[in-house]
Amino acid sequence: MDILLQVIVTGIATGGVYGLIALGYVLIYKATSILNLATGSFMTLGAFVCLTILVGSGAPFWAAFVGTLAFAFVLGIAIERMVLRQLIGEPIISVIMVTIGLAFVVQGLTHLIWSPDYRSFPEIFPPEPLNLNFAVVPSGLLWGFIFAVVGTLIFILIFKFTRTGVAMRATANDQQAALSMGISVRWIFALSWSFGAIAAVIGGIVIGNISGISIYMGDIGLKVLAVIILGGLDSIGGAILGGLIIGILENLTGIYIDPLVGGGAKAVAPFFILVIILMIRPYGLFGKEIIERV
Amino acid sequence: MRCGDFKETYIKDEEIFQSLFVKLWMCLFLLFLAAFPFLANPYLLYVANMIGFAVIAAVGLNLLTGFTGQISLGHAAFAGVGGYTSAILITRLGFSFWIALPCAGMMAAIAGLIIGIPSLRVKGLYLCIATLAAQFIFDFFFIHWEGLTHGIRGINVPPPSLGSFLINTEKRFYFLTLIMVVLAVGYARNLVRSRVGRAFVAIRDRDLAAEIIGINLFRYKLIAFAISSFYAGIAGALWVGFIRIVTPEHFPFYLSIQYLAMVIVGGLGSVLGSIFGAVFMTLVPELLNVLSGILKDIFTGTTQLFIPLKEVVFGSLIVLFLIFEPRGLAEIWRRIKAFFLLWPFSY
Repeated sequence: MDILLQVIVTGIATGGVYGLIALGYVLIYKATSILNLATGSFMTLGAFVCLTILVGSGAPFWAAFVGTLAFAFVLGIAIERMVLRQLIGEPIISVIMVTIGLAFVVQGLTHLIWSPDYRSFPEIFPPEPLNLNFAVVPSGLLWGFIFAVVGTLIFILIFKFTRTGVAMRATANDQQAALSMGISVRWIFALSWSFGAIAAVIGGIVIGNISGISIYMGDIGLKVLAVIILGGLDSIGGAILGGLIIGILENLTGIYIDPLVGGGAKAVAPFFILVIILMIRPYGLFGKEIIERV
Repeated sequence: MRCGDFKETYIKDEEIFQSLFVKLWMCLFLLFLAAFPFLANPYLLYVANMIGFAVIAAVGLNLLTGFTGQISLGHAAFAGVGGYTSAILITRLGFSFWIALPCAGMMAAIAGLIIGIPSLRVKGLYLCIATLAAQFIFDFFFIHWEGLTHGIRGINVPPPSLGSFLINTEKRFYFLTLIMVVLAVGYARNLVRSRVGRAFVAIRDRDLAAEIIGINLFRYKLIAFAISSFYAGIAGALWVGFIRIVTPEHFPFYLSIQYLAMVIVGGLGSVLGSIFGAVFMTLVPELLNVLSGILKDIFTGTTQLFIPLKEVVFGSLIVLFLIFEPRGLAEIWRRIKAFFLLWPFSY
């Protein structure tokens, strides 16, 4: 029983981080209908940038964090303007492939600038784990979860209450109508990309704190696809809930199924879940039901 | 000097080689390909073989993605199924390579059918994610189904043989590859001008309209998946026969992307294009390899830069082609031909 509770608590903490990375996908998909498969490499890049500011200039963590967010903002706008805008109206395969191409470029550049060595963040958060009576949460996961929750809340508040947020929701709803109300859809597209990049970068920093930084950490980005499919591609709440569910299921698989098949099941579990969801309910828990049955 | 194409029947219009001139050049080109191993060194022959496997897989993927419009991010998994099937049949059951090869194709086709079934329900983005998941699930089985695949240690495979004649050098294998490539390309080129090929294109252009004019969507999508993964399986089995070992590392997600990149860089919906794409995307990393070998003597420490540089070039090629030449190398080739068709009086 203790193990089960512990696994669930760990799963929830991991799931929060998944939810944050999933936000990186959802924010972009909502406004532009593009699935950004480069999210994983954005994460890696963000983690490296943050680490470089932190170690290189000796700045405090919050300064490095804000610096990284500013970097992600510029990165998002630059990529939208230079690459994705050229492809508006192109078939879906082109758009998906271009994000995959971007993923390789970003990952290759990260590899070129920083060597492939494994690194770890200096200690930023207090290392004591949180001891709930029935389970223990490691410090990295705890702080990651807090970051994820706060980040998500901020995004939700932006969407609900600011002018920009309302404009973004309007664009997601109906581009023509948004245009005719005087919303600059181009600017909203660019902004969505930078919001997506920011969410991915925060995810990267958090993961970097938990398990160290390497150029391969972006692989988590593909696992998170299961989260957004489960939650619904265009639902922020779905991303968070999906993250938690996938996090728990993944950790349960790790404990209970891994010994049966000789390891490795934990890593592939999200993809099995992904296929099952696609078969049963392709639009996810909260996604818009726009799938045609063909 | 030709000044235009005039055809009086549809049959003439559908011909693959439309003039004597083209037939002549095709014969010369095939002669050159047949004579190539006697002129080249083993390294070039190795590259030529790799290009051959890539051509087979890329042509197959183009039938699915370029002609039928169904995206597959899991084609390396199908190649892997083919590779493993042939390796297991040869080493465990003592099949000869010549029987194992079509079996590998069939097995991959079955895998493709299974992955293709969701295409009934989902399409576009969702199908793309489903095939991506399939890639990782197959990867998992390759690594963890120890009893069948020997896990990460892989399976050693004996070279194929004809009687007592072992096909164990690059040069000997080259002829096998060449024959398979010619068969594969010839079949694909004929398929796309048949009833099935026209159904594929109709599905790609507008699936609902295709269904209304009487095309059974599910059936033709599954046919496309099956044929396409059959090609991938053959490519995988040939590759395994060539390098004589199969491990999970030979069929990573990266290979799936590479196949898709070949199709896109070459030109979606063009058999000739996928040949161009496969040649181009195989040669570029090899050229980089050679280049980094030369640069190594001038700048020290550039060898570590090779892998990331390859990634950057690979990614940039995909992005640049999609932005500036979405119809790929086939379109560039068509423009060059059109330029010389009326040259020097192009007005």
